[in-house]
Amino acid sequence: MFRAQGIGKSYPGVRANDDVSFWVAPGEIHALLGENGAGKSTLVKMIYGLVRPDDGQMTLNGQPHQPADPRAARAAGVAMVFQHFSLFDALTVAENIALGMENPPPRRELSARIAQVSRDFGLPLNPARRIVTLSAGERQRVEIIRCLLQNPRLLIMDEPTSVLTPQEAELLFATLRTLADRGTAILYISHKLDEIRTHCDRATILRHGRVVDSCDPRAHSARDLAAMMVGGAMRPIDRSGRRAGEVLLQVGALSQPAPSAEGTALKSVALTLRAGEILGIGGVAGNGQDELLAALSGEARSAPGTILLGGADLSRLGPEARRRAGLLAAPEDRLGHAAVPDFSLAENALLTAGARKGLVRKGLIDRPAARAFAESVIRAFDVRTPGPGTAARALSGGNLQKFVIGREVIQAPRVLAVNQPTWGVDAGAAAAVRQSLLDLARSGAGVIVISQDLDELLELSDRFCALNEGRLSDPVPTEGLTLDRIGLMLGGAHGMEVAHP
Amino acid sequence: MIRLVPRTETPALLQVVTPVLAVLATMLAGGLLFAVMGYDPVAAIKTIFWDPLFGPAASYSRPQLLVKAAPLILIASGLAVGFRAGIWNIGAEGQYIIGAITGAAVALTAYPAAGMWIFPAMVIAGAAGGWAWGMIPALLRNWFGASEILVSLMLVYVAQRIAAWMAFGPMKNPEGFGFPGSRNLQQYPAAANPELIPGTGAHWGVVAAVLAVLATWFLMSRHIRGFHIRAAGAAPRAARFAGVKPETLVAFCLGLSGALAGMAGLFEVAGPAGQITDKVGVGYGFTAIIVAFLGRLHPVGILLAGLLLALTYIGGELAQLTMNLPAATVQVFQGMLLFFLLGFDLLTRYRIARRITA
Ligand SMILES: Nc1ncnc2c1ncn2[C@@H]1O[C@H](COP(=O)(O)OP(=O)(O)OP(=O)(O)O)[C@@H](O)[C@H]1O
Ligand SMILES: [Mg+2]
Repeated sequence: MFRAQGIGKSYPGVRANDDVSFWVAPGEIHALLGENGAGKSTLVKMIYGLVRPDDGQMTLNGQPHQPADPRAARAAGVAMVFQHFSLFDALTVAENIALGMENPPPRRELSARIAQVSRDFGLPLNPARRIVTLSAGERQRVEIIRCLLQNPRLLIMDEPTSVLTPQEAELLFATLRTLADRGTAILYISHKLDEIRTHCDRATILRHGRVVDSCDPRAHSARDLAAMMVGGAMRPIDRSGRRAGEVLLQVGALSQPAPSAEGTALKSVALTLRAGEILGIGGVAGNGQDELLAALSGEARSAPGTILLGGADLSRLGPEARRRAGLLAAPEDRLGHAAVPDFSLAENALLTAGARKGLVRKGLIDRPAARAFAESVIRAFDVRTPGPGTAARALSGGNLQKFVIGREVIQAPRVLAVNQPTWGVDAGAAAAVRQSLLDLARSGAGVIVISQDLDELLELSDRFCALNEGRLSDPVPTEGLTLDRIGLMLGGAHGMEVAHP
Repeated sequence: MIRLVPRTETPALLQVVTPVLAVLATMLAGGLLFAVMGYDPVAAIKTIFWDPLFGPAASYSRPQLLVKAAPLILIASGLAVGFRAGIWNIGAEGQYIIGAITGAAVALTAYPAAGMWIFPAMVIAGAAGGWAWGMIPALLRNWFGASEILVSLMLVYVAQRIAAWMAFGPMKNPEGFGFPGSRNLQQYPAAANPELIPGTGAHWGVVAAVLAVLATWFLMSRHIRGFHIRAAGAAPRAARFAGVKPETLVAFCLGLSGALAGMAGLFEVAGPAGQITDKVGVGYGFTAIIVAFLGRLHPVGILLAGLLLALTYIGGELAQLTMNLPAATVQVFQGMLLFFLLGFDLLTRYRIARRITA
């Protein structure tokens, strides 16, 4: 149904795609695999008409496929869910969906259709809500529903499940299977190898912009697939050498009103974090994760005495003062929250590292120092990019994520709080990011990991709590915990399920 | 059919080319307009854009260039800082008027004393007046979420009423034979803002404009505050995460642009205008918005754009004198310039594509 032949695309300093050939059959769920920056997003953007290939041809249903823009691609029957959201914050779900349509039906009818599709596919969504009030997972849902409304013949999904809960992801796969059975071809990008092994029919593997292999993912183990992607075996994670020290961070009776009508209020959250310890916080997105991180980072201030770092009260201080005190944070949304998309990496380094790294003295920016610091993050975290002058938005999703986490880790915080640290990061790089958090803890820092990925939490954390409707459960030691037990323990956290037993 | 498609990458060259294109298109459209009205288009364009600098009477008009460009550049430098952060001060005209009044108030109170302190005190008072007038929309936005666009614009009309009241009331020249308007500050040496180098038109306002260009350039490219301003304009959530308080930025940007506009008003009233009348505001505050955008919100661009718009003022007046062109010519030209700039700007963010039928 869809065929690409010898596709090539260059960006300044990188060959993003080189002589890529592959095909997708109708009714097939076809996985596109590869490390961060391997060129997956670039390839599908060409199919969707967002980027023009430098060379090569594509055919769709036997017709030459050369979309000048996404509209032409949509007319040819291609739909796409993006890795990063392209939604207008100020508008409602229905308005956003109408904006993406050629001939939007009347508002009432559209809302009804949205409600219908979201019921059919088990993706709950209220068409009247404004985007700004939605969590990352819910925003992804808007994008998915937007595509499903088009009845596409080739549906492209660029990491659609990275912010969905395991349960939501299962429902999505049921949806995709139904669609495929009706003859829709599906091109699926994900870094979750287990997900691909259970649900995809075939996989094409990219490395450094070239096709290196094509296989049946069900016939290989996740480890094999990862090895094919990187071209070498992966290192197991090393949890050794950490000892819990003195109490670093104390959060008590932290209650915050919901920041917006649809946000989540925090209800007397309490936790203690010791030096050398990693505390995992699980739960479904939209249960106060963003709000908890904002309260820790200083974006939201709380009542006096609610946040103590080494005994000093930080509750009333802003982000800069907290960074100086040693409390650092990395929010979930990397484009637009953790980083300014239009700024270079050097400028984005300055965004949070100004004070601790001496990049700003008496208000003056030391630009060479900012560049050098960005370069050190790029090197230490293996960020694939031409250099610190590259704009953040030109990085592949996973590479920007590595940069954003690396920027905080390298500042040697006393306490680091991260939200979804490996969202969209490939298996190899995710292991590297997790290892860096473990190493940070080994050096005596305290780390809080907020994540929806139970495997990640089990792999990293010493103690585990669940965040549910703004309430934080008492911590339990992770030692000896099984995924099943956590599943039971999270009984209160709606929809949180075990990824794979 | 032809449609606009968002660009994925913006060619850097377009940033510089569009203002130039806009100027050329304005000349073209202006010429066309003159031709329709029955004037010789080539002569008219030459009179407006060439003669003020190189024509027979250039020795009279050339100094005017700096006189008119100084307030435009001074105001636009401040506005551009706020515009970069997405803070829209549309009321620089009002801050200019209030600055002229508070600055003049110092001089009129001191009259007839002599002293080196008088002129600097006037400059400070002018800046303070403009700053205070700019802080009104800032505080209303920070406290109640009121739109600074509307509030600052409305305050222009309030400022104009205050100027009229001053000219007819408290500031009226007691030796003015009942005519409205204050004493002429040009005739009060301690308060006057004279031409510093004869024949150039350069007064203290020109010096201040150059300093403002340098200072805002430094602020935006070297100082962390400027970095935060750019971050807030590009990604407000990321700026807040970095530690920027939006309220602080609103107050800083409106205060700064207000102070610079107020200072421009003072230099004008103590120099070229000479006195407070009900017509102190001559539109520099509005034209400066065009200057800021035409200059791409960049200090160097603003310098060039300020000179160009000053040229349209002088050339327009010249054309009115020598060719009998209507007085509205200047406004039409400035309006067209903004129109074409915004039009061509579209092309930096979108490209033109033919519709492919579905
Ligand atoms: N607009 C751009 N300008 C410059 N370079 C770009 C641009 N977009 C992508 N690249 C580069 O092209 C390469 C491939 O990027 P791409 O986004 O396709 O990777 P990816 O396989 O989708 O990675 P990820 O899994 O991290 O999303 C990267 O090296 C990236 O830096
Ligand atoms: Mg990608």
